[in-house]
Amino acid sequence: MKYATLIYSKPGSHEALPDAEYKAMFGEYMALANDPRCVSSGQLEPVETATTVRVQDGETLTTDGPYADTKEVFGGYYVFEAGDLDEALELASRIPAARLGGAIEVRPVVEQPSEVRSGVER
Amino acid sequence: MLASLIGFLGDFDLAEEAAQEAFAIAAERWPRDGVPSNPGAWLYASARNRAIDRIRRERTLAEKTRLLEVPEATVDELDDDTTIEDERLELIFTCCHPALALEAQVALTLRTLGGLGTEEIARGFLVSEETMKRRLSRAKVKIKTAGIPFAVPADHKLPERLDAVLAVVYLIYNEGYSGRVDLAAEALRLGRVLTSLMPDEAEVHGLLGLMLLHHARRQARFSGDDLVLLEDQDRALWNGDEIAAGRAALEQAIALRQGGPYTLQAAIASLQCEEPVDWNEVAVLYGRLASVTHSPVVELNRAVAVAQAGAVERALELVDRLDLDSYQYLHSTRGELLRRLGRLEDARDAYERALELASSEPERRFLARRIAEL
Repeated sequence: MKYATLIYSKPGSHEALPDAEYKAMFGEYMALANDPRCVSSGQLEPVETATTVRVQDGETLTTDGPYADTKEVFGGYYVFEAGDLDEALELASRIPAARLGGAIEVRPVVEQPSEVRSGVER
Repeated sequence: MLASLIGFLGDFDLAEEAAQEAFAIAAERWPRDGVPSNPGAWLYASARNRAIDRIRRERTLAEKTRLLEVPEATVDELDDDTTIEDERLELIFTCCHPALALEAQVALTLRTLGGLGTEEIARGFLVSEETMKRRLSRAKVKIKTAGIPFAVPADHKLPERLDAVLAVVYLIYNEGYSGRVDLAAEALRLGRVLTSLMPDEAEVHGLLGLMLLHHARRQARFSGDDLVLLEDQDRALWNGDEIAAGRAALEQAIALRQGGPYTLQAAIASLQCEEPVDWNEVAVLYGRLASVTHSPVVELNRAVAVAQAGAVERALELVDRLDLDSYQYLHSTRGELLRRLGRLEDARDAYERALELASSEPERRFLARRIAEL
């Protein structure tokens, strides 16, 4: 099964680390991205760069800032291929944001039943 | 090489992973077996093979997953007693998985491992049958969709996960303790099942012992609808067989030498069934329990034991250090200690505060009686 681990980090928590710890922490993120179970991953630019779009009655409303004004901000994600929820939770607990005052939301990804990587048939 | 892999596979990520795997194999084999004559072709061929293997694996896995639909089927199947023991154990850990809400864990455990129907569980927890049905079906959907495993956790996770299982059973017991006896009986049954499934876990025996030793005194706890304190209970109403069974479970827990909070509480309950009660020893055990649980409620119980052992002033000092102002029993305990010290006005104030906080009728009557007797 595929699980998305959505990373909500405490703003500034990563930057506040001393140099050596920051590097080690960055290495942990890289290691997870390079884990063979990691299907995809992404890191977002800081929340100050966010723009929110809504369409009401055909009219586009664009506002500065994130959709939800929360203490922790959505900052990135990994999608892991894991055997079950326990394996996914174990991976999630290794994401540094989880111990730096943030939280990781783990959600199963809907499996698309058709074409599993159809490229191989060619 | 990566480009041709992507071209062949039509998938960038898969290609990248396959290439990484091929390099890893090369790093392991080449120093040992020598570098192949055409290293580039070797790497490409192994990466391609790896990728194909992986796609096959994933396809089979996806097919198997669709065929199995494991949790849904098993959760329902367990309604009959034919399920073998290992499966029951796995199921307990599924039902008490921390990814489920506690109330869902309790309901699922009762439904699948206990002998109760949805309607009875609903009655036990004072919710409508509809609500309980929804709660159960939501939990089953989550087990299936989120892939909560049907497995006994790995060793390093076991203590934590076992705690969750024991907490669910004890919660069921305590729901029964406050009046709904069928739930207490269910909890005892679950406790016995756990001891047979996990005979090497001390705390499993400790919990069973604790429940039995409390259960043994249930007839004596009430006179009509009124609460009777331990020291005023009619011992003839205690169930000797259950006390013996509770002590046997406690012995088992102690013999396994890994006892924790439940074993300590069982030991305390066992001491309280003796005549006379060794309150000094009870206070010592509460002290150990407090150092494990860091619970102010346990500290309060320790203070009571200290008072029963004769050191009432010392007990009052302990009570006054606790930050439990909204806890009814802190104030009723203070009231009792102040009464014994002859400070009747202070005692009245404390009892009245307890009465403000008390919600159950028998307890309110008990406190009103105490105030009247001052």
